[in-house]
Amino acid sequence: MKSLRVEKIESEWLPLSNIEVSVGECIVISGPSGVGKSLLLRAIADLDVHEGNLSIDEVSCNQVPATEWRKQVGLLAAESAWWGDVVSEHMQDVGDEQLESLGFDKDALTWLVDRLSTGEKQRLAVLRVLANSPDFVLLDEPTANLDPKSVNKVEKLLLDYCHNKPAGLIWVTHDVEQAKRIADKHYCFSESGLSEVEE
Amino acid sequence: MISLTAFDLSIAALLVVFLAVLGLWLQLGVSRQLLIAAVRTTVQLLLVGYILKILFETVHLGYMTVIVTVMLLFAGREVMARQTNPYKGWWGFGMGTLSMFISTFTVTLLALTVIINNDPWYTPQYAIPLLGMMLGNTMTGIALGLERLTQAAREQRKQIEAQLMLGFSSQQAVAKIRRQSMRYGMIPIINSMAAAGLVSLPGMMTGQILAGSPPLEAVKYQILIMFLITAGTGFGTVVAVVLGSRRLFDKRERLRLDRLRK
Repeated sequence: MKSLRVEKIESEWLPLSNIEVSVGECIVISGPSGVGKSLLLRAIADLDVHEGNLSIDEVSCNQVPATEWRKQVGLLAAESAWWGDVVSEHMQDVGDEQLESLGFDKDALTWLVDRLSTGEKQRLAVLRVLANSPDFVLLDEPTANLDPKSVNKVEKLLLDYCHNKPAGLIWVTHDVEQAKRIADKHYCFSESGLSEVEE
Repeated sequence: MISLTAFDLSIAALLVVFLAVLGLWLQLGVSRQLLIAAVRTTVQLLLVGYILKILFETVHLGYMTVIVTVMLLFAGREVMARQTNPYKGWWGFGMGTLSMFISTFTVTLLALTVIINNDPWYTPQYAIPLLGMMLGNTMTGIALGLERLTQAAREQRKQIEAQLMLGFSSQQAVAKIRRQSMRYGMIPIINSMAAAGLVSLPGMMTGQILAGSPPLEAVKYQILIMFLITAGTGFGTVVAVVLGSRRLFDKRERLRLDRLRK
């Protein structure tokens, strides 16, 4: 079973962290604001300079071109950014069922980015990161601004992806109830690093 | 050509002094700057005039190389000085200077050896003014191109990283910005060409006509110089923006805005 190993990752702003996730597993990380959860995800996606070792099945991140690594390890940022005018410029190969599962019409791909609400952007960003079929998905508060119905839809979509692809999820959230619903393992991130939370 | 005496120049200088006095009276706060600039112009140009006089009398490839290197280095420094957030270390100076060297020197060399074909090809009377105009314009194009590149990268950081997160390469993520920056550097010189002769008489031509050249000869030289400047500026801007957009990322295709000075 494929697994992503994060060993002794640290940087100027990131305390020493170790974590491992296998495909089919959903790991939740929670913790106080500002401690570096987003920075941890960025380091795992190799977006920031860091010390330590990242590997998938013993193949180190540095042995693979950065573009390949990021196709395998998809990062969903807390606030999605959009660089083109139309949604379709940002993702191809998104099936109608996927669009419908998050409450979108089949023609959502033709929409102008300008006209999207924050909630719509957030949900479309989830579809965008999954369109690459990554083996591991790093999710930075993916349901933070959504209404309860949409939260359920996104959770279902992501957990289905996790179990069926299969893929490993590292999910950052403040929502304790959500953590209880989705987590196979639960970690707390503080200034001294990650520690597993016993239920 | 009618020779000017120191007295002739002082009449014109008096006009500038009157302007400074007016500025004081209107409390513009610009008079000191104005007078300092006027003195600088006089001193710097006289200095350049003497250097050129000596250079024209002793035509030597060695001296030419020294002068030309100094000009290039000053131009490189000027490109950096115009940046809001220049690249750290030697990169800022290096990329600008290298781009100017590649574009300006090759175009000027081509012009002197093939087109003008003087003997020797490095005759200072032709080489120095030509190179000076090339460097001056290319410097502006490169400065604008790099400025646009770095500012756009800073403003659009999130959009660039959003593409990187999806597995785009650094150069794919920055392609639109790169194209915009190259365009930005080239537009002023293209506009100059379009407006030449309609809005004002270009400087080089004016000088030649004042010195007694027949107008059609002066115009032919002006056309030549405009083509050379445009090509040099264009090539220089392209090279500089290509180098600059590579330097914005490291070998793990990460956006490194920390490579720019605050």
